Amino acid sequence: MRRLRLPEAWRQPLAVVGGVIALVWLVVAVAAPLLAPHDPLAQDLPRLAPPGPGHWFGTDQLGRDILSRVMHGARVSIPLTLALVALSVLIGGLLGACAGYFGRWVDETIMRVADLVFAFPTVILAMVVAAALGASLTNAVLAVLVVAWPAYARVTRGLVLGVREREFVLSGRLLGFSAWRSLRVDVLPNVTGPVLVLATLDIGTALLLLSGLSFLGLGAKPPSPEWGAMVASGVEVFDSWWVATFPGLAILTVVLAFNFLGDTLRDALDPRTARAIKERAL
Amino acid sequence: MTLLAVDDLVVEHRSPGRPVVRAVAGASLEVGPGEVVGLVGESGCGKSTLARAVCGLNPVTEGSITFDGQPVTPLGLRRRKLTGIQMVFQDPYASLNPRRRVGDQIADGLRTSGDTTTTPADLLERVGLPRDFAGRHPHEFSGGQRQRIAIARALAARPRLLIGDEPISALDASAQSKVATLMRDLAVSSGAGLLFISHDLSVVRLIADRIAVMYLGRIVEVGGTAEVWANPRHPYTQALLGAIPKPDGLGVLPAELPGDVPDPADPPPGCRFNPRCPMVMDVCRDKEPDFGPVACWLHEPR
Repeated sequence: MRRLRLPEAWRQPLAVVGGVIALVWLVVAVAAPLLAPHDPLAQDLPRLAPPGPGHWFGTDQLGRDILSRVMHGARVSIPLTLALVALSVLIGGLLGACAGYFGRWVDETIMRVADLVFAFPTVILAMVVAAALGASLTNAVLAVLVVAWPAYARVTRGLVLGVREREFVLSGRLLGFSAWRSLRVDVLPNVTGPVLVLATLDIGTALLLLSGLSFLGLGAKPPSPEWGAMVASGVEVFDSWWVATFPGLAILTVVLAFNFLGDTLRDALDPRTARAIKERAL
Repeated sequence: MTLLAVDDLVVEHRSPGRPVVRAVAGASLEVGPGEVVGLVGESGCGKSTLARAVCGLNPVTEGSITFDGQPVTPLGLRRRKLTGIQMVFQDPYASLNPRRRVGDQIADGLRTSGDTTTTPADLLERVGLPRDFAGRHPHEFSGGQRQRIAIARALAARPRLLIGDEPISALDASAQSKVATLMRDLAVSSGAGLLFISHDLSVVRLIADRIAVMYLGRIVEVGGTAEVWANPRHPYTQALLGAIPKPDGLGVLPAELPGDVPDPADPPPGCRFNPRCPMVMDVCRDKEPDFGPVACWLHEPR
């Protein structure tokens, strides 16, 4: 983490903007009950009131305050997205590392399954999985997990293949390291940087996919203030533009912020590896 | 009693779409306990492949490698029980894990030998480094210091055979002979054999009891260091020794060695050295001299 302090990469305007927006959203997510002016579920305001004093983002068709709902939505979407990406990194990274390190049938099995997932369009596959499991937020997370891990598996496998023949890894093996110990001590710590970059860049995509599933009715159930579901309900009342716009903007800003942060992280770490990853991940 | 016996070893590199390369084509070599054997030869002659095969890092195509009477098994995914052979690699910048403190890496070697009384700092001291280096990371060290740390780690495992695969060729001239002598002294004082691979004859002369000269996958001459140095018999050895610059300025220009090392995927028929040999005879083009200690028709044993 020493290299993260490289000043010039983090002094770029995009890095600052991304950092500030992400920080604001994190604060909102943590402190939503204190910051929100209304109960996000209370239906006690005038219905479909345009933005104005008392309800700055307007109200929806059930008379709920949209500002409060967007704020509480951060408590739903952001932790879930972060957990989702963390799980993807863990599962995809471990599977990819095993594929790269052990090779042979382990590699064949894991990477063919990954190819299988890659062969489907991401959104469609996530929809199919979510629909098959039944509409709920947990199942939507599982569905996105199913489509998200192969990217990490592929990148980690490639990096592990590069590291496993290095001389310090061989030295460890000659000293009698088991394959697991070698993987844990010598290989994995030397591939984490680039995987971390990919994970940060992926937070935006994961949030988009998760909200997308809720938008399609395959994720969050109605009273829950989830952004994708809110956009969906806003589409029903198209004349009241505020109902869909504000949760949409929330998604947009979070995705942008994490993309900026990911780009910055990539530039701060070794630029060459980062470029290689981007090519492989796309 | 021999510690390591390499008998008629053949190691082939196979890659799809390319001809099979016989990197080691029938080499025999022995190393005894406490003995230092220097293996010399030009780049690409198969020295490193031989060393890697001895550690089990390259699969053996034909022939055998026995360590302490037991055949050396290839390094697979299983935990290696055979820790009596340790290796110091060529590139000091790749031989240590950049993410771990050097003390921890030396401690791995101590764990291998079950040594609970020695500390990594003790070993650092033995290789001539300050004790407090144990808490630092590899990037804080120079190439020579890293190679000393790699030696300390290998020695911590108490090997009975230490292999140096060109451990000094990436170092400054000033560090080369120091690291080489250090390796020799530590190996010999612990009773281990040392197989030291290098293309630097003058350093090998300093530390080796015996010299083995390798050319295109075969050992062409083996003998005591002083003997080979004073009286090289194989024309290739003569050419190699002739190529060492003399510090007195009175030396002669290196003996004429026409051409390059032939492609090991397509070695010449007969003696492998015949297209470049200044003393080539008819028999050299037909029959390969498969005898020792000097594999040359001029020195055929009677």
